[in-house]
Amino acid sequence: MKLEYIGLKEISGPLIVVEGIQGASYEEMVEITVGPSEKRLGRIVEIHGDIAVVQVFEGTSNISLTNTKIQLMGHPLEIPLSYEILGRVFDGVGRPIDGLGEIYPEVRRDVNGKPINPVSREYPRNYIQTGISSIDGLTTLIRGQKLPIFSANGLPHDTLAVQIVRQAKLAGEEDAEFAVVFVAMGVKHDVADYFKKSFEDSGVMQKVVMFLNLANDPVVERIIAPRCALTVAEYLAFEHNMHVLVILTDITSYCEALREISSSKGEIPSRKGFPGYLYSDLASLYERAGMIKGKKGSITQIPILTMPNDDITHPIPDLTGYITEGQIVLDRSLHQKGIYPPVNVLPSLSRLMKDGIGEGFTREDHPAVANQLFASYAHVQEVRALASVIGEDELSELDKKYIEFGKAFEEEFVSQSREEERSMENTLDLGWRLLGILPKEELDRVDVKILDKYYRPYSNKVRGEF
Amino acid sequence: MVPPTVAGEVVEVSKDGSYTIYHPIVKIREKSGNVKELTLVQEWPIRKPRPFNKRLGIEKPLITGQRVIDTLFPIAKGGAAAIPGGFGTGKTMTQHQLAKWSDADIIVYIGCGERGNEMTEVLEDFPKLIDPKSGRPLMERTVLIANTSNMPVAAREASIYTGITLAEYYRDMGYHVAIMADSTSRWAEALREISGRLEEMPAEEGFPAYLPSRLSEFYERAGYVESLSGREGSITIIGAVSPQGGDFSEPVTQNTKRFIRCFWALDRQLAYSRHYPAIHWLTSYSEYMDLLADWFKENVDERFLLLRTEIVRLLQEESKLMEIVKLIGGDVLPDEQKLILEIARVIRLGFLQQNAYHESDTYVPLVKQFKMMETIIYLYNTSRKLIEKGIPMSVLREKEIFEEVIKMKYTIGNDEMEKFEEIRGRIDSFYKELYNEYK
Repeated sequence: MKLEYIGLKEISGPLIVVEGIQGASYEEMVEITVGPSEKRLGRIVEIHGDIAVVQVFEGTSNISLTNTKIQLMGHPLEIPLSYEILGRVFDGVGRPIDGLGEIYPEVRRDVNGKPINPVSREYPRNYIQTGISSIDGLTTLIRGQKLPIFSANGLPHDTLAVQIVRQAKLAGEEDAEFAVVFVAMGVKHDVADYFKKSFEDSGVMQKVVMFLNLANDPVVERIIAPRCALTVAEYLAFEHNMHVLVILTDITSYCEALREISSSKGEIPSRKGFPGYLYSDLASLYERAGMIKGKKGSITQIPILTMPNDDITHPIPDLTGYITEGQIVLDRSLHQKGIYPPVNVLPSLSRLMKDGIGEGFTREDHPAVANQLFASYAHVQEVRALASVIGEDELSELDKKYIEFGKAFEEEFVSQSREEERSMENTLDLGWRLLGILPKEELDRVDVKILDKYYRPYSNKVRGEF
Repeated sequence: MVPPTVAGEVVEVSKDGSYTIYHPIVKIREKSGNVKELTLVQEWPIRKPRPFNKRLGIEKPLITGQRVIDTLFPIAKGGAAAIPGGFGTGKTMTQHQLAKWSDADIIVYIGCGERGNEMTEVLEDFPKLIDPKSGRPLMERTVLIANTSNMPVAAREASIYTGITLAEYYRDMGYHVAIMADSTSRWAEALREISGRLEEMPAEEGFPAYLPSRLSEFYERAGYVESLSGREGSITIIGAVSPQGGDFSEPVTQNTKRFIRCFWALDRQLAYSRHYPAIHWLTSYSEYMDLLADWFKENVDERFLLLRTEIVRLLQEESKLMEIVKLIGGDVLPDEQKLILEIARVIRLGFLQQNAYHESDTYVPLVKQFKMMETIIYLYNTSRKLIEKGIPMSVLREKEIFEEVIKMKYTIGNDEMEKFEEIRGRIDSFYKELYNEYK
């Protein structure tokens, strides 16, 4: 027989406190009946003796201390799963909102998942070709990687994410099944619509599962949404052998939701008011990317976060960067120059690319050309700083070459149109062609053999080819 | 090995043969008359340091094959070092390089709150790599402790102690153990999280007030000791620190600095220009250099320290000159100073930068490190003579000798020391050629 508890002790923000509860367990779900018939869901987040603190998903408005009844459901939050979940749209806690009815589950899974033992992980090695030079050439995306886009308000991160989804190809395995799991956390309605429309236009909607928690939806659900989504991704990847690309946007809203709930729980804040466990909490999301030995599927994550005030040292990008395997950083000044995608390659990085490129994967010269482009472009920044003091005319001949290289690099290599898809070959050849602007002895990151094979002095004639 | 808590007279020993680890092997009668059975397993509380006879002086370096570490900022066997750096600066990469190539007998690698895929990488790579000392797979000398970032926080707090206790166990057997903790900041954050949940009064940035004492307890377990059995063994601790926002003034970096003597500061700007290892030569330091001076003199070369000092001086000079260059450009500098900039470039690209993916550059023996320094300084002295003759730097720069010296890390194999003579010869002919031209 299920016990029903009547009345509350306290309400504080999204939390309610229930007294005299028996046999409650941590993270257990509760059903809350408000007034005569309205049902809401909640989750136990704290227990002291017989007092339990419950987070209410739909918010606590209209709840009073006396009109409420509570029932323990005896299990943590679970989500129903089946293959038919593809193409559906859900709210933050996994209830369908597309009017197509309930899911008939094959299994139900706890949304919190379980950490993967490093021994049973498979080290990701196969790259995903995105057709975007700055990513393929310099921050190669690897299947099973978590590679966030560090962006800021007003930058085209959504367009970039859509382009990645549309153009993503697995090298050598064109027939493998893929799926996209899309989570919107606290983003505006139009942003979610934009993604939906883009998926429909490119004909992938039947392979997309969407979880929408928009900016005006309850904050508590925002904490659950990515967990539901990753549970779906794990199910598709490891039981149906699909290659799943998970897009999480916007992590900044997620962290702010976490802060809001933490402060209403009365926890001690650490930097900028965020809870001390922000790192562990983010890790519990990001670490769910990867591959498992003996399973064919994979989970690749592309979280998008907007850096508050364009500040990369803000706790959210900072902690994210410590967990994820690299980052793609978008830059406002490049965007203002009209360069799309405005990827600032210097702080961008893909930690897994070293094992997924080069001979046997892309092309033997890939590591060398990537390294050299980074180094030369870094030097361009120094020369530009100098030029801003003494003027471009006063620069030495060599430094002028660098200025020319920097301009060409931004306008030809980084910049491409929203529909343009470049093959890996093209990207690498383009890299070499631009390096040709610099004298050969300046290319000190490249092994002599590779340099002799690929280096050609720059000429304008071949320009038309790309 | 007999556990430190047991002493007495052996009364019975099992015959040679195979036994399970729980099978009693030896019986010992203690002073009190109790007979104790010993198995092949020892248990030890991880938070308590294992006892030893006495600490010995620090005299030997831990050779890592990484030029910027061995030559500029060496670490001693029994010492403690910290590698702080923001994300993407190469902490884990440096730790992996040290785990692969340092000349310790045993490596304990603690993955404390870091990425799962990094642990998997070690698990896949190490069995394939061959330890140059023993000729066996590297995995056989390595213990991994994996607590990835999504595993429980309480276990993260304990993982550091588990690692150091394992290290002490091998030290007591007379091995030289190097322990890599990646990253101690995650461990400190675990402390903070637990402390926050216990509702303890927070000190700086929410960290508990006992953070410094916990850090010191950990780092003080490093040392070069004589164990209870009279053997010499050592524990070297290399802790990675992940300061928030790459800002070294935060509490974990600052408190760690008090308990280590070797500081390899990773620099974001260097990492952005893909200068790896991104250990910055101006902000890093090693207090072990003086203690190790005699060892280097005896085992490498009399002039090792002299050349090292010269290299450091040139780099420092360069940073001063760069301030001027930033203001007015490089062309107005006198030729002697232009030469310093050029040589510093050779040092940075040809010596400090090291390619972990290059077959021979990933590990460089001390002899070669010394020869490389010698060649660079020889080039400097020769060029200076030419400058003094009034030959302009622009003419010197046209010769390919500078690029050739930069590339010697690739062109000269680790066992081809005689080739340095050839480069020296080419420096001489470069000198003669220009000297004759401008006579």
